[in-house]
Amino acid sequence: MRLEIKNLSVYYGKIEALKGISLVVNQGEIVTLIGANGAGKTTTLKTISGLRPVTSGEIVFDGVNINQIPAYERADLGISQAPEGRGIFPGMTVLENLEMGKYNRKTRKAEMSEDLARVYELFPRLKERATQAGGTLSGGEQQMLAIGRALMARPKVLLLDEPSMGLAPMMIQNIFNIITEINNQGVTILLVEQNAQQALSRAHRAYVLEIGKITKEAKAKDLLNDPHVKSAYLGTGAHEIF
Amino acid sequence: MINLRDAGATWWDNASKLKRRSLVVSLILFVYALPFLNNPIINTPGSMFESVLFYPIGMFVLLSIGLNIVVGKSGLLDLGFVAFFAIGAYTMGVLGTRTNLNFWEILPIAMGLAMLSGVLLGAPALRLRGDYLAIVTLGFGEIVRIVAVNEEFIGGARGIAGIPTPPDMFGMKFEILNPKPYYWLLVSMILLTYWAVRRMSVRRPGRAWDAIRQDDDVAQLMGVPTFKYKVWAFVLGAAVGGAGGCLYATQILSIVPDQFSLNVSILVLACVVFGGIGNPFGVMVGAIILAYLPERIRFLTQPRQLVFGVVLVLIMNLRPDGLLPRKKREKFESETV
Repeated sequence: MRLEIKNLSVYYGKIEALKGISLVVNQGEIVTLIGANGAGKTTTLKTISGLRPVTSGEIVFDGVNINQIPAYERADLGISQAPEGRGIFPGMTVLENLEMGKYNRKTRKAEMSEDLARVYELFPRLKERATQAGGTLSGGEQQMLAIGRALMARPKVLLLDEPSMGLAPMMIQNIFNIITEINNQGVTILLVEQNAQQALSRAHRAYVLEIGKITKEAKAKDLLNDPHVKSAYLGTGAHEIF
Repeated sequence: MINLRDAGATWWDNASKLKRRSLVVSLILFVYALPFLNNPIINTPGSMFESVLFYPIGMFVLLSIGLNIVVGKSGLLDLGFVAFFAIGAYTMGVLGTRTNLNFWEILPIAMGLAMLSGVLLGAPALRLRGDYLAIVTLGFGEIVRIVAVNEEFIGGARGIAGIPTPPDMFGMKFEILNPKPYYWLLVSMILLTYWAVRRMSVRRPGRAWDAIRQDDDVAQLMGVPTFKYKVWAFVLGAAVGGAGGCLYATQILSIVPDQFSLNVSILVLACVVFGGIGNPFGVMVGAIILAYLPERIRFLTQPRQLVFGVVLVLIMNLRPDGLLPRKKREKFESETV
């Protein structure tokens, strides 16, 4: 598995949201993309999963250019996403939401229950709430459900869009622990985050996205000590610059 | 207020198979026997009861079930549903008067043409969402009517007269003054459609429509070919509308474009919303009430529409989700979006 983005540009009408970014996600990695609001993080993920059309550049997955492949087929290729704002189907139960994650797989019952068991093991809370409507879950539980649902498709790469957004600090810790755990089980992860502290301490490599451009690429640990990143995203060390 | 839907659903869930079957069978028998129950309580003074059963009641039930696939299941607001009804009726009118085909041969053609026009409208329009889609479908409904007014080949503003009745069946004669056979035929079509829609709703298409309605983008991420399913919802709705139109034309025997105005689309949509959007059984109940009420109070003459409007406003205030809303948990849709 290798996901590679080459010189990707995306426009919303006349506004250029991504100005030719390039990044690589290798098998087994957690790669994080950090940046402020409006930097283009979500656009990047939406373009990879096919919800936004590519203006120019290439998305290469497993050596194949997938620019023209519609979103619903990319799910089948092994690209799975827990979207921004969690994207739970509020009127479906937790179990039905999880089943939707496997929508396109002509799965046998055995595989379904195997994957359900795996997700329930990661998120015991979801098992307790299996028959409850998705819309009644708390924010943290919805995030668990979004990640669990994405895992149901047995993804080769898991795209996570701000999993910590709007969660209590305890829950954030919890979610990031699980992300590390999922990665340890062999799932490759592209993580988009505003919570740079957490993201950088969990990821292997990191990219910094600023107003549609990638301004830095480094090992995640190195960025934790980078003065610019510190001042802009970690909220400390401002005195080192000014 | 007591929750009728939940009380009913709980009873249904706990009832044995025998109880359920006998309820369904007796309900169906009751519906088929309705034309004979000409009693003063349910009668419609001022118009013939059997005739009212066919149109508007039965016809609106059928159309509402069709529109419910589009609006209720997939969440696509269609304000031009009358177009498919008109296409079905005109297919019956044109082929019935110009060829030797009978009703049963024309019915599949009418449904096919309605479906085809569903694709023609749906393929470009379904790339739009929400209000934009509603406006395009509204326009489509009007286009069909205006074409009918202006196209002399299909009778122009005078419409088509002398549409043949269906051939005799089981010794029954289809006649203008005897609406019973039409009614029974319509009830059979409703039951068949209802059954088919129910079957589909619990399978993959139903799940896909649920997902599309609740979150179109996420449905795509899950691997649902959303565009394809939206067009399918549209086309199936159109087929039901076309079948309804075809049967309507062969009963009323002459059609004019004015019968296919925007009002029909709005009224059918009102039936769907009034009955409980997304719940086919509720939608049927809603259509029955909304179609029956104006006929029941016809003796009021002038204030009839006023009373109808007041009842509509009152009930929608008391039960904002409709008479029999879909399962309770789905209410979270509107709260979380």
